[in-house]
Amino acid sequence: MSFLSLLARNRLALAGLIVIGLVVLLALLTPWLPLKPPNVTDTSNRFQPIFSDGALLGTDHLGRDLLSRLMWGTRLSLAVGFAAALVAATLGAAIGIVAGYYGGRTDNIIMRGVDMLMAFPYILLALAIVAALGPGLLNALIAVAAVNIPFFARNIRGITVGIAHKEFVDAARLSGMSNTRIILSEILPNVIPVIVIAMSTTVGWMILETAGLSFLGLGSQPPVADLGSMLGEARSALITNPHTSVVPGVMILIIVMAINLLGDGVRDALDPRLKSGALNRPLPATMVARDHQPAPAQAEGILTLSDLQTQFHVKNKVYRAVGGVSLSVKPGECLGIIGESGSGKSVTALSVMGLVASPPGVIAGGSVRYQDQELIGAPYGTLRSLRGREVAYIFQDPLATLHPLYRVGDQLIEAIKCHRPIGRADGRRKAIELLEAVRIPNASARVDDYPHEMSGGMRQRIGIAMALANDPEVIIADEPTTALDVTVQAQVLSLLDDLRRERGLAIVFITHDFGVVAQLCDRVAVMYAGRIVEEGATRAILDAPRHPYTARLMACVPELGGGKRRLEAIPGLPPVVSDLPEGCAFAERCTRVRGDCRKGEIPLENGVRCLHPVTYQEAPA
Amino acid sequence: MNAPALRLTDLSKTFPLGRKMFRPTGQGVRAVHPVTLDVPQGETLGIVGESGCGKSTLARMLVGLLEPTTGAIEIEGEALDNADPAVFGKRIQYVFQDPISSLNPRKTIRQIMDAPLKRLHGMNRAERTKRISEIFDTVSLREEFLDRYPHEFSGGQAQRIGIARALAAQARILILDEPVSALDVSVQAQVLNLLADLKAQLGLTYLFISHDLAVVEAVSDRIAVLYFGSVVELGRAEDVFRAPRHPYTRLLANSAPVVGRALTAPEGRETELPDPLDPPQGCAFRARCPFATEICGTAPPPLDDKGSGHLAACYHPLDAAQI
Amino acid sequence: MLRFILNPYILKRLVSAVPVLLGISVIVFAIMALIPGDPATAILGSYATPENVAALNEDLGLDKPLVQQYFIWLGNMLQGDFGRSFALNRPVLDEVLERFNATLILAGTSFVLCSILGIIAGVVSAANQYGWADKAITFVVLLGISIPSFFLGMMMILTFAVNLRWFPASGMWPIYGSRDIWALIDHLAMPALALSVVATGVIARLSRSAMLEVLRQDFIRTARAKGVHERGVVWRHALRAAMVSIIPVLGVQAGFVLSGAVYIEVVFQWPGLGRMLVDAILRRDILLVQGGVVFVAACYVFFNIVVDVAQSYLDPRIKT
Repeated sequence: MSFLSLLARNRLALAGLIVIGLVVLLALLTPWLPLKPPNVTDTSNRFQPIFSDGALLGTDHLGRDLLSRLMWGTRLSLAVGFAAALVAATLGAAIGIVAGYYGGRTDNIIMRGVDMLMAFPYILLALAIVAALGPGLLNALIAVAAVNIPFFARNIRGITVGIAHKEFVDAARLSGMSNTRIILSEILPNVIPVIVIAMSTTVGWMILETAGLSFLGLGSQPPVADLGSMLGEARSALITNPHTSVVPGVMILIIVMAINLLGDGVRDALDPRLKSGALNRPLPATMVARDHQPAPAQAEGILTLSDLQTQFHVKNKVYRAVGGVSLSVKPGECLGIIGESGSGKSVTALSVMGLVASPPGVIAGGSVRYQDQELIGAPYGTLRSLRGREVAYIFQDPLATLHPLYRVGDQLIEAIKCHRPIGRADGRRKAIELLEAVRIPNASARVDDYPHEMSGGMRQRIGIAMALANDPEVIIADEPTTALDVTVQAQVLSLLDDLRRERGLAIVFITHDFGVVAQLCDRVAVMYAGRIVEEGATRAILDAPRHPYTARLMACVPELGGGKRRLEAIPGLPPVVSDLPEGCAFAERCTRVRGDCRKGEIPLENGVRCLHPVTYQEAPA
Repeated sequence: MNAPALRLTDLSKTFPLGRKMFRPTGQGVRAVHPVTLDVPQGETLGIVGESGCGKSTLARMLVGLLEPTTGAIEIEGEALDNADPAVFGKRIQYVFQDPISSLNPRKTIRQIMDAPLKRLHGMNRAERTKRISEIFDTVSLREEFLDRYPHEFSGGQAQRIGIARALAAQARILILDEPVSALDVSVQAQVLNLLADLKAQLGLTYLFISHDLAVVEAVSDRIAVLYFGSVVELGRAEDVFRAPRHPYTRLLANSAPVVGRALTAPEGRETELPDPLDPPQGCAFRARCPFATEICGTAPPPLDDKGSGHLAACYHPLDAAQI
Repeated sequence: MLRFILNPYILKRLVSAVPVLLGISVIVFAIMALIPGDPATAILGSYATPENVAALNEDLGLDKPLVQQYFIWLGNMLQGDFGRSFALNRPVLDEVLERFNATLILAGTSFVLCSILGIIAGVVSAANQYGWADKAITFVVLLGISIPSFFLGMMMILTFAVNLRWFPASGMWPIYGSRDIWALIDHLAMPALALSVVATGVIARLSRSAMLEVLRQDFIRTARAKGVHERGVVWRHALRAAMVSIIPVLGVQAGFVLSGAVYIEVVFQWPGLGRMLVDAILRRDILLVQGGVVFVAACYVFFNIVVDVAQSYLDPRIKT
């Protein structure tokens, strides 16, 4: 869907390009077109209407041919607008890059000056400049350009600061490059798209501004007229002869609108986020596009996934992030899902409650049952009422996952309020209780903190408290300790372990760390390229992994206490899930691969998806 | 004996705070407390610490990207002059944590590789082409990568390119700042092994910074443990986590999730790092330490030898037997 | 009230306004010093009599060095003496204050109008991205930011005043009849609307993209995982976070509204500062231009302090 809309947008940009291209072409050709001289007055023929003989667009209050004046005026307006934009962009960008790159005192002084200029409502500055230099088109151009320099400078400076702190700039410095060279070859190429975007979105604005000054009589001076002064001169005859106003006014509108359309198109084309669909608004629940409703699976546990398939549709590629995952977790049980990045473990977890960002995410098949309720394809209302109340989530980065502008207490109370009404005092009491349950010291004071006032470990405890707010049956924890330091991680893990034993929670724990799995989970599922390759009791798998991938992956992880040594590595890379090979996805990297590994569907049998599993005796140490 | 590859003398960094109306001037946040350290030729020194311990600040000072507040850096017996990037770039290089963002997205790999060769060694085009293909051969990268852009590479490949760039400068010392923490374990092992091979082949000296204890232990000859900007323990890699002398090191070692060890919360007391704006008197670990006594509050404990070259900054070091 | 002012952040912003105000005065003074020729004649323009010129020269010490002239000018202004408009033959400050009232009513109304309309349009547009509401709003917004406000004003006069006779074509008050609030609204409706169109468009666009930016954030996913209703997700979670980037835009747009007021005042014959400035420039009544510019710029500086303070209340991460 988003693909079609993107196309439509580009079509608009194309229309803009054609219109503005035509206008520019006509403006360039104006001196050679068979037009009447624009400034010759003919008072006997004043205010001829549109389509009158010899004057296609009529004549103005001095009997001058409007079509001719329009063409010459357009020429002037375009030239002045583009020139102003070019001057402002060049100077502004130069100032912004210097300030942003050098930082410190240079930046401070420059930006103080820029702030000073921006402290004027821009037209005051323009008016002051025109007042000093005197009315005239060139002076109006100078005024408009000067007024816009601070906007460019500030914009470009912000971008430059971001780039100047990137590691590749440090690397360039270490490669022996001088500051000037770094600016020209490292910074500038990365800033130019932003400059182009800023320019393409402001050219229209500059044309409006210069037209405005001319309209006020401060720009082009009679008899020469740009579009603004044509409008200004026509104003006194607005009521009697509106066409003299409408002609130049509509022309300005057409030009500016075409430029804006084109500018938006340029911006969209240059902004990589738009291309990747990263600026799409995620729907309240992941889209579901199943071919068929699967037969209700045997509900083994409280939460059962069967043959779940989640895909990402980006442009015309389909990424099968989750390619048929079946899992089940019982009350009081902790199930680990382990895998490397891109293995589909997080997407599996998010699919359960429809939290995969969509677009581009689509649940393409399978089913998820909570108790006896089918969740895939369930109405939004049902899904929402289960979220947080029956199945709650804990996410990875506790700073990004808490709302930065609400107090943690209020966020906890909100979690409760979503599912049952609770009074102010009660809510606060309950929030403090929750904070105490996750062992936050001095809970009654910290309930009024904002997330940024807490340490990473404390924030993750808030995340856990929020998940506990409605006494859910299942908690899905998506790498909850990955962003934490080891000493803090140990505390959070033991807290989670205690909580699940006290409350009989079922936990689905996503991680990439075998140590964490070993310490926390009863059962574990190993994922590779969107599928489970091995599943079973944690102990059994860790002691005797049967899938070659599991075995090799475990061997890659250095263990503390082993001293200096060479590590086992798995050569190659996991396959891209938009282009999965036939047969076993790991075959390419596997030392045990045989001919039959690359053919057909390999089933998950006895907890392992492998035709030639490692047998117990030869398992690597 | 040769001069050490790298010698730090009282190196420290204090970040000034923004001017505030009611703050006495001259105060700042001390990110790295004075560090004195020798790294012999050919050694891999591991530096481990949790976030905010100052390990990246230390690394950036070593390669001249950050001006030290006090102290001096000597490379192979000569003082490091970080005024001219073209000089220090030839002596010490840096491999970044995020392999993708350390490569300019708008340059081809060849342009990226060319920069150090051209700027630091003034090579002409033919020399550069020859040298690049040598380096790519050493790090097992295919030459056809040279005309591609960084976004076309996976994290592991990009990190190899980053290492290749560092090698191009022909520096003998590499600062590796979390070089594998952005990578998956299977790829991580590939890169670590490559680094080990390069070191053996080219006789490099490494400073390996990481938060991952097991990785640091696996690659280092010696390990320095950083806490709140200070080195609190320094010893041979095989000893530091097996028989830590500083209580913080023991806490770290016990916190790391290990297959086959039961889950315990290793500490029940104050868990926060001290406030850098209001640093504690004495030992920074005091508030979290189970052995803290009065003397710990008086002055920061000096880093001294607790036997057989194993250094620790603690008034009550743990016995080897206590573990 | 005292405690409010003594709030360290507000105090800091107020103090930081002093150099900005000084900077503004320097810039204005410098620009006026660019005027070629004999300054007194230039300032007094065609209305100058020899006595006037002499008086002004003495008044402003125009024979003295520029730096000294600046301090004399600044000192006078600080005492409320902005000089005298020779064209109007009255003190600059009196004229400016009288005109300022009218501008404040017009620009203030427009600003409130465009803030509310713009934010609502942006949120609705983002929440229904690529839906029909989004497309309609996007199109109207594009039209709004492409049309010159003075042309729009003229077309509104033609349509609603001349043809339909719904609103008066110009002025702030009826020539005959009572000057009550209804008469004012009647006169204000068209210019305020015309003035707010561009800013509404800009605010709507920025609100839309700010909302889209926020809607992909992790904390939105958290809110959904908690079971917050989509309405709450959009209006409570996303808009609140988006406001942090919308508020500064409102500050900038206030400057644009104030700027656009110049055109609208000319088109609708609104007796405000903008029209005064244009007339003054065309008459080369330099002291009036100087005084008007400094006065409006100073007001805008204080308005931006208000914006910053509002921002600090909205975003607890901004520390004093």
